[in-house]
Formats: sequence, structure tokens, C-alpha cells
Amino acid sequence: MKDIIIIGGGVIGCAIARELSRYKADILLLEKGNDVAVGTSKANSGIVHGGHDAKPHSKKAYYNVKGNAMFDELSKELDFPFRRNGSMVLCFEEDLVCGLQELYDRGITNGVPGMYILRGNEAIRELEPHISEKACAALVIPTGGIVSPYEMTVAYAENAAVNGVKFRFLSQVESVKRTDNGFEVACADGFVEEAKVVINCAGVYSDVISNMVCGTNYHIIPRKGDYVLMDKTCGYLADHTLFQQPTKMGKGVLVTPTCHGNILVGPTATDVLDKDDVNTTAEELNDAFTKACLTTPTLNRRNIITQFSGLRAHLDSDDFVIGESNVPNFFHLVGIESPGLTCAPAIGVEIAEQVAAKLGLAHKLHFEAKRKGIPHFATMSNTEREKLIEQNPLFGKIVCRCEVVTEGEIVSAIRRPVGAKDLDGVKRRTRAGMGRCQAGFCTARVMEILSRELGLPMEEITKGGASSNIVVGRTK
Amino acid sequence: MKEMICINCPLGCMLTVDDSDLSNIKVSGNTCPRGVTYAVNEITSPKRMVTGSVKVTGGNQAMLCVKTCEAIPKGLIFDCLEVMNGVTVQAPVAIGDVVISDVCGCGVDIIATKNIPKV
Amino acid sequence: MTNRNLVIIGGGPAGLAAAKAAYDCGERDIIILEREPELGGILNQCIHNGFGLHTFKEELTGPEYAARYIEQVEQRGIEYRLNATVIDINKDKQVTYVSEKDGLVTIQAKAVILACGCRERPRGAINIAGMRGAGVFSAGTAQKLVNIQGYLPGKEVVILGSGDIGLIMARRMTFEGAKVKAVVELMPYSSGLNRNIVQCLNDFDIPLYFSHTVTQIQGKDRVTGVVVAQVNDKLQPIKETEQLIPCDTLLLSVGLLPENELAKNAEVQLSTTTGGAVVDENLMTSVEGIFQCGNVLHVHDLVDFVSAESENAGKCAVEYIRGGQICKDKLTINCTNGVRYCVPTVLNKDEVYASQSFKMRVANVFKKVELAVFADGVKVYGKKRPVVAPGEMENITLSADIMKVLKNAQSVEITLIKGDAK
Repeated sequence: MKDIIIIGGGVIGCAIARELSRYKADILLLEKGNDVAVGTSKANSGIVHGGHDAKPHSKKAYYNVKGNAMFDELSKELDFPFRRNGSMVLCFEEDLVCGLQELYDRGITNGVPGMYILRGNEAIRELEPHISEKACAALVIPTGGIVSPYEMTVAYAENAAVNGVKFRFLSQVESVKRTDNGFEVACADGFVEEAKVVINCAGVYSDVISNMVCGTNYHIIPRKGDYVLMDKTCGYLADHTLFQQPTKMGKGVLVTPTCHGNILVGPTATDVLDKDDVNTTAEELNDAFTKACLTTPTLNRRNIITQFSGLRAHLDSDDFVIGESNVPNFFHLVGIESPGLTCAPAIGVEIAEQVAAKLGLAHKLHFEAKRKGIPHFATMSNTEREKLIEQNPLFGKIVCRCEVVTEGEIVSAIRRPVGAKDLDGVKRRTRAGMGRCQAGFCTARVMEILSRELGLPMEEITKGGASSNIVVGRTK
Repeated sequence: MKEMICINCPLGCMLTVDDSDLSNIKVSGNTCPRGVTYAVNEITSPKRMVTGSVKVTGGNQAMLCVKTCEAIPKGLIFDCLEVMNGVTVQAPVAIGDVVISDVCGCGVDIIATKNIPKV
Repeated sequence: MTNRNLVIIGGGPAGLAAAKAAYDCGERDIIILEREPELGGILNQCIHNGFGLHTFKEELTGPEYAARYIEQVEQRGIEYRLNATVIDINKDKQVTYVSEKDGLVTIQAKAVILACGCRERPRGAINIAGMRGAGVFSAGTAQKLVNIQGYLPGKEVVILGSGDIGLIMARRMTFEGAKVKAVVELMPYSSGLNRNIVQCLNDFDIPLYFSHTVTQIQGKDRVTGVVVAQVNDKLQPIKETEQLIPCDTLLLSVGLLPENELAKNAEVQLSTTTGGAVVDENLMTSVEGIFQCGNVLHVHDLVDFVSAESENAGKCAVEYIRGGQICKDKLTINCTNGVRYCVPTVLNKDEVYASQSFKMRVANVFKKVELAVFADGVKVYGKKRPVVAPGEMENITLSADIMKVLKNAQSVEITLIKGDAK
């Protein structure tokens, strides 16, 4: 019997887990994937939204502005990449400048600080020299930021684990039944556990879980977004996150730097039927890229290093469903789509408070609030590097050439609490394989390290858990 | 008349072979005399070099790469590979060491193509 | 910081040959920095034969070819570091490397030879849509897994790209018991050597589809199939021709790119065509004292040519260290009408006239053409070729007399005459 079971190891589930780990409680997080941050949390824009876009008085607006303000401190406390680079919404037609004013007004209502409107191409290009000459006005949102969404999720998870939260992976929840003491949660692999409180953070599957317990009729439409990632050599093309003003033609795509210096372009928006359909299509990628060139005309296809696609959990009602459901002690977070990543810190704190109040949980005497990330060799000074190699020579062994990732970092990623168990897990934590050769050089070496550290034969090393094995056997 | 690409060297000459009289095969398009030999052999008894690997223990590598020291009949390629699959050698090994002698009874040895010191 | 006359980055065929030649020119203060645990570079995983015909007049496998050079380097007692990755080099020729053993070391070099080879173009660079499950490998990654580590990446294989590594891997996977279902080539011709099509595909009845490409990868966790379609003359897939080929593995052999991140750090001027540096006839880059050779300069078809070029680089680096004249007046060679690029790219307009070889690649398959050199619009050299193809490097050697004319010219052009695209 657990006090709390959290379903879903995305950024929301992990944020709640971490905030709840401040209290004396027995907490278990169930994740159907092989790692945290393997659904929506790994494949999104990585934007910390200012909050100008959300409908006033919606939950999205409330948590967005509140969450946004928490990032500076949180990213330091949990040591994950975050930069307040500022966002801009670009207008390309004089006639539509009034639309920017509407966005500005909405932002004011939502409580977004510091916004202003820039007029004229020259003024815009002073801030962003590579923007199209057609941009005639821009709404600047200085509080906008960028974050590495999977590293943030991992940071939350690690810190939660250090403070006692248990994680169970490859645990797809099949049923949640009400019992006299609370709930009985059963997984596809036969695992069954009871808990007083269940928190449903199942992302695109959150409707299924809630409907199971609450008899509700939520309907999540997985909204697929395709992205294009550009080489770091074009990182100079944008410093702010550059949105296009939504028009009758559509929402437009964004061009943004990432925390690691790449340029990210996207997303498209296609409603799909399959909740696992992360199939990129040539048409959508073309579409995203073509639209992005409206913002930044000098983007060059030759510098594309990869494409990916993620699903947003879009709810018909268009706002988050957050909090305790009609079934006592069953909390749910349904339809957490953009700006969900920005909202996560605020949602984490509020849900934790609600659950703690409900169960009458007391604070722990010793809560470890700080988490130190994996040393990041690539961005260190030579003196720091020297010191690090002296302490541990494995930091002198470069495994991923493109991103300059050392064996020391990879070993650390594997050995940490909620450590990496597969190639993608190593990649999200260390960036090995994230660079321009896309793991061509380091795949075999990372596999060997995983095999050694986990004590698994090479045949059992996977790309991302389940049956994503990389080699099928020995040649002889 | 047959057209074939000479595989003796990376030049890959396009050969035209007149094999109407097997005792007098005529070859054109070759850059060097080896083209003629190749074409004649390809018609009468095609042969191939086989390269592959065998398991090795006691060294710093998992696999030892090997080759047939000369071309073997094309029809024996997979038999030859089968034999290689069943062999494990012990380090140290030096380039040229015979790993399997007279493979498949065709009179050709399989030799190591890498130096693997004992560790 | 330690001082060295010559630092060679990369201990593959290019670095080894450059080191050997530099030593033989009298230079003794040489160090090779190699990131792998052994010398030999990519040759170590190229266990097939076909190497060395030009250099050693016999056919060797990759590891045998490497061993010949490693032996020569060892015999000369040339110093090298293994597991040593260079992480930075600047225009003042300060080279920083790290290794488990040495920690972080910065060397002040008099001359640097960049011999760090190339890498494979990944899936992202060619925008193949679809799922992102396991089972998509660059051909070289698969080659390493099979040949060095002894693991089979998959059992049913489709290969995209008919470059040499793709062809070689088709045979290799077949030898190891996998079924290669198809090799798919975007262009109407192969960029690989003819002999490899014969030996690696035809021998085993592996179909080769020209003017086809992979339009989609299926399979959530692991590849379950790829969709292949014919392309039109603009290389765009024709929807109606799409067909699914069930497979568990897709190997990509879609081109090589010189690995020039270090050169960029050193502010070396790069060619947009080759991705390698712009070099003069001494193989010196735009940064004085930094040289390039081998596949980091331009992707070669045969390792023998890598060795020859690199020996030249070694020699020139030693001349530079000894205070050879630096010429500031340079002339850029224009490549036109189907000649994609040539190396060297620029000529020093100084007084030294020696015979000089030029290596180049063409942009398409052309039959019955003449490779011609023009100086100020006047033809000074011509070489008739029955056929030229993008997969094979062309080579011309100009006499000292012709070089004299070129060096006094205002413009030099290398071109193809009477070329009709096939």
C-alpha cells in the first residue's frame, strides 16, 4: 500500500513527484516507457512561454505566468539548462499590426510583465539581424525563455528519487479500481499496487485513465507536431524565440535557438488518431521549413541534422483539467498541452499542496532541494576540464565527437538515480548522439558502456526500451 | 557475346567477351592483360577472394579478420564462410598466419589479415 | 604547453603516410594524435580486399594496408598517442587534446596536418520521414558493429545509397547470414566502383534499384519496413510507385562529409563544394602552417590516392617548418561545365615550377569527354576520357612548362569539353 501513485513520468508527473517528495509519504511513479520524458516531454519546442498567448482567465494563462516566474530559481536549484532569451511575435503585414496590439493586451490581462511592441524592420533587425526584411512589427516578450525539456524532466525525477520517490518503468497502467482504502492500480505486466491517492499525469493517455475512474467522457486528440533541428553552425540565426503572428492562414511556426545552441524549427499541427503516432512526413517537414523561412530566409536545408515529431494532448474543451476529480482522492491532469512545460513548476507545487492537504502529510525534516547535474565537459574551460580528468580519467575519453561528450558523463548518466538504461536515455542526459552525425560515430561505443555498466549483453541494449534492440545477435 | 565488368582492380573496365568458341575466347575493352584472364576465368571457372572474420580469444579484439590467400571457386563461398564460423583462434596472431588450411579442400588457405597481440 | 614541430591529427591512412613522409624528409619532432585505441583509422573496419594496388602493387585488405604504414611509422620511432581526441586547434597552431592517460594537453606546433578523415551523412541530412525506431544505421556504423565488435545489426536489410560502403556492406551482411533485400540508389548511376556492384551485389542476386529512394521508415520500436519509390528527373519521389519492403534494418550509405569542425575553429577557409579546406599545391590551407590531406580535404575513391596525397602534405609541412617561402599572391582555379571541384584549389604565383597533379570529381556521368585546362582562355592541356563518373576521382598531371604558363595567367579554368550528360 502506497500513499500516492503517480501515473506518467513526463514533466508534469515528475514535477509533482518532486514537489510531493518534500512531504513524508510513500510515493510510486509508474511510467509505461523505459525512462522518464519519453512522450510529449521529449519532443516539443522547449519554450518557456511568456504567457501572452493563453486565453485570459484560463488555467493555461494562470499556470503559464506563475510557472514562467519560477524558472530562474528552479533551473539553478535542479541544475538544468534554461535561458531567458526573450520571445518575439513577428508581424509581416502592416495591416495586421493591430493583431499584435491584441496579443499585447491579452498579455497584460494575463499578467505578463515587460512586453513592448517594436515598429519597423530596422528596429527589429537591430535585435535579430537575420530576421526577414518583411517583418514590419514585433511584440517582444522579455520573459520568454528556452529550456531543455527532457533535462528538466530528468532533473525533477532525479531529485524526486533522491528524496525517496520510487520509479517503476515499463509499467503501462491497465486499470485503476476504487477500493475501500483508495485505489488498486494494475499494470500490463501484472504488477498491482494499492494507493490512497492516485494522480493521473498520463499525457495523451490521461483521458483514458480518467474516464476509467471517473466515468467521464474526456477526449484527447493527439495533435502531432513535426520539428526540424538545425546544426549548431546556424545557431547565430536567432537569439530570441521567434513566433509568427497567428493569421487566418494558420498559427505559423517558430524558429528558436535551443539551450544547446541549435536552431529548432516547427511545429506543424496535425490531429492524428493513434496516440503513439510520431511518424514524421515529408510534406509536414517541408511545410514547417518553408514557413520558417518566412521568419528567417537564410535557413539552409543543408544544415538540417534531424527531424522529429511529438504529440500534444489536446482536449476538446481547450483548457487544462487540473486537480481532484469528482472521485475523491483521484487527482488528474488532463489535456496538458502547450504551455504545459512552462506551467509544470507551478502545477507541481499546487497539486502537491492539494494532495498533502488531503492526506494531511507533514513536511520532511530533511528534504534535499538541490540537485547537481552531470558535468558538462563541452562547455567547461580547459582548467575545469583538466581538474575533472584528474579526478576521474574517464572524463578524458571523448565518446561523442560532435557534441564532445566524455565517457565520464555517460557513466554518470547511467549510474545516477533514475539513470539512463538505453541509448536514447544517454542521449537525452548527455547529448551523446545528439549532434550532426546523429550517433553514427558513438552508437557502438555508448552500447559498450551501457553493456558494461548495466551488466547486460550487447544484444539486450536498446535504443529506447521495449523491443528497440540495436543488434540482433553475435555474428558467430 | 557477353559484357562484363572486370573486377581485378578498382578501374572496373567494361569488357566485351566473345565466348562463341570456348577454346578461343576473345576479349576487348581491357586496359591490362589481367582483364583477359579475368574474362576467360569468369566464363570457364569464376573465382572470388573471400574476406571475413573468425572469433579470437586472448587478445584485445573480439574478431580477427581473415581472407583466402587466393581466390576460391565462386560456388564455395558459403561453404568457406561456414567453416570460418566454426573457428576460434588464440591470440597472438600475425598477418599471414594460416587460420584454416586448405579450406573446403580447394587447396587455398585462410590467413589472418590483422596483427592481434596477446594481452 | 609543450612545443612540437609537427602535429598530425589523425592516425588513419592520411596521418600515417604524412608522418612517414615528414620523417623521411628529415623531420624528427613529430607526434600523431589518434582518437581510437589503435592506429589505422577506418581501414581497420574495412576488412574486404581491394586496397593498395597502386601503392604496393598488390591487393590488400584494409587492416593489411594499414599495417604496412603502421609498421613504417613504428620502425621510424614516430611518436603517437592513442585514445587522444583533439578538441580544439586555433589559428596560432595550438592544438588541445584530451586522453585518459595524459589528461588535457595543449601543444604549440610549428605546423599542423589535419588528417582527420570524414564522417557519414546521417538520416536527418537526407530528410527521410517516418518513425524513429532502432534499426537505422549508417553503413559505417554497421560495418564497425559487424567487423570489429562481431554483432549483427539486423536480419533483413535494405540499403539506401550505392556508394562503396553500402555495396561492401551488402555483401558483408549477406556473408553474416542476413538477407539484403535491395539496394536503393537515388541517382540513375552508382557512386560506387563498378567492381563492387559486380562482386557485392550481382554475385548474390541483390537487386539494385536506380532512380529510387526511401520515402518512409516504418516501425515504432524497431524498423519493420521501408517504403521505396521511384523518383522523377527532379529526384522527387513518384507517389504511385511507392512499395513497402518489409525489413528490420535500413543502412544508409548516402555520402561522406569531411570532418572539419577543427578546421573551422582554426578559421581555415573551407570549400562549399567539398566541405574540405581550400588548399594550394602544397596542401596548405588558408591558415599558414596548417595543412590538410586525405578525406578531410576531399573524399577520395581509393586509399592509395589518400596515401600519395598525404605523403606530399608531410613533405610540404617539413619544407614549411624549415622556413619555406610563403606566397601571398594566389590564383583560384575555376571548375566549370561538369567539373565539380579540383584539388589544389588555388595556386601560388611564385617562381617554383614543378610538374603538378590535380585531382577532381565530375558532377555527372559523361561519355567521350576531354578534361581540359585553360589559361586566360587558351587551352593548355587536354586529356580524352571515354567515360567519367562522379564515383571516380579524375587525375591529371601538368608538366612544369604548363605550370609555368598557369602561374603567369590571370585566370585558370578546368573544364569538360563535349560532355553530354548520359
